[in-house]
Amino acid sequence: MPRLVSHPDEVKIVTRRFGQGAANIDRYIELGGYTSAKKCLEQGPEWIIDEMKASSLRGRGGAGFPTGLKWSFVPKQSAKPKYVLVNGDESEPGTCKDHLIFLHDPHSVIEGTIIAGLAIGSKLGFIYLRGEYRYLIEIMEKAVADAYAKGYLGKNIFGSDTEFQVIVQSGAGAYEVGEESALMESLEGKRGVPRIKPPFPAVVGLYGGPTVINNAETIATVPHVIEMGAAAYAAVGSPRNGGTRLFGLSGHIANPGVYELPMGYNLKKMIYEVGGGIRGGRKLKAVVPGGSSTPVLLPEEIDIGMDFDQVGKAGSMLGSGGVVVLDDQTCIVEFALRTISFYQHESCGWCIPCREGTDWLKKSLTRFHAGFGVAKDIDNIQYLAENMMGRTFCPLGDAAAMPTLGFVKKFRKEFEDHLNGNPCPFAKHVEVAVV
Amino acid sequence: MTLFSPQLAARFDALVARYPLRRSALVPMLLYAQDEIGYLSDAVIAEVAERIGITELDVRNVATYYSMLRFKPAGKYNIQVCTNISCMLRGGYEVYERFQDELGIGHKGVTADGLFSLEEVECIGACCWAPAIQVNYDFHDELSAASVPGILAGYRDKAAANDASSNAKPEGKAPHA
Repeated sequence: MPRLVSHPDEVKIVTRRFGQGAANIDRYIELGGYTSAKKCLEQGPEWIIDEMKASSLRGRGGAGFPTGLKWSFVPKQSAKPKYVLVNGDESEPGTCKDHLIFLHDPHSVIEGTIIAGLAIGSKLGFIYLRGEYRYLIEIMEKAVADAYAKGYLGKNIFGSDTEFQVIVQSGAGAYEVGEESALMESLEGKRGVPRIKPPFPAVVGLYGGPTVINNAETIATVPHVIEMGAAAYAAVGSPRNGGTRLFGLSGHIANPGVYELPMGYNLKKMIYEVGGGIRGGRKLKAVVPGGSSTPVLLPEEIDIGMDFDQVGKAGSMLGSGGVVVLDDQTCIVEFALRTISFYQHESCGWCIPCREGTDWLKKSLTRFHAGFGVAKDIDNIQYLAENMMGRTFCPLGDAAAMPTLGFVKKFRKEFEDHLNGNPCPFAKHVEVAVV
Repeated sequence: MTLFSPQLAARFDALVARYPLRRSALVPMLLYAQDEIGYLSDAVIAEVAERIGITELDVRNVATYYSMLRFKPAGKYNIQVCTNISCMLRGGYEVYERFQDELGIGHKGVTADGLFSLEEVECIGACCWAPAIQVNYDFHDELSAASVPGILAGYRDKAAANDASSNAKPEGKAPHA
């Protein structure tokens, strides 16, 4: 059972019901659940979208797109049915926040899905979880069945004339399916290969119908925004970055865990106060601020507020909120190799720059880390990564290139230290592959 | 002739009835069928193709994309060790190496008795409780290399208890055909 953590600086909004048995529907209702969905049913779609816009809630999957704006793009009239898709394919290394939401508060996901459905005029929502989360899929399925039994889902939700159905869907192992169009392909029973955009999902999505797709944390936040009121929610965060975020502290941190902190919370403070500093009293070497695809930050770069805009200004991304902390005993070349190995494994192979780029980066870094690198390799790695950027259907190519560029640019000296047959001063793990 | 148990067949029928498109059931059904039968044999693929109403080639094309789906039997307990960044930083590779030593098998290997198989896997979404592994669908987190023998012993006991009870009453389910 994943351990829950707590810190006085936390503002518990999304995590408010964690550890209180809220997976039970009666307990969820006792703790104020399903009142937001009822309110939204009374108020209507325009009011919901206005509230979401005013809350300045932005997508928690990584891109940070304003949720209210996304919903407003769905056409009011549509010949084809509209769909709500909840993305619970959580697979970005460093990220485990949705894991806790499904475990402790599954009904908040259902309630948020209902509200999204009401906002865009959809009758069917899908909650897609990665296949590895089988025990969480079972929790979600039970929660959905309970919501049907209460009449909160079905032909006449909350006794109204409005219909809304929910299906819980299992994946079967694929990081790429976390990309919105690939997820739709997977739901249509195909390989999870991304679609070219435009058209965007809001116009042509699942089964060709207008579709809203949101991260599970975003959807779980929605009922809280309605309950608190948009203005109160927005006030918790920083400008244009409403509310809180579930930050996952992992790696060489003294107190790892998922902490709910206001958007804009200082990263240095997050590491040294909330996370208790570096494990074993060691020194900080680097921070990956928002999941493995976000460019690395140096210790002198972490005095920043953790919101989409400020982390962007610092040259990285807030991403999925997975803060991975590296101490001074970490080999950056090895870390870069492990990161690129992941993207090489997960590239679906559809776009050549990503398929070939991730493969060659892995080969180069493997050779480099094994002590067979030449000085030219450092520039080649950078050149390769630069030429993957922006040249693929979906952001997986960028997700592989961005961190690689960060490592090479910020730790060039450490790459050079691996040259001339010098053994890696730190590493022992990554096996030497014959390249 | 069907390979599906009545429960699996019923689950399939309930699932397909709900989707706007029948083949939306494909990805989860492949996984559920694998859970019951152990792996995606030619016969399983043929049956899923027929039930969905698509070609076997189409099923294979989709199935080969997903990393959890397999075409060979695994052990009764499939041990999946995450070595991705958050786990690596906290000793994921030491855990993985200890499993290799204890079991005498490597990546995607199966022990001679068919009890265990081992896999190095990508992020399993337990980064804050690293290093973590999954045995079939069960998570074990905050591990170290020293926790490995205890985990294996636990599953050996479980298997022995299962064998004892299935001698008395056949379970009718072979997870590793």
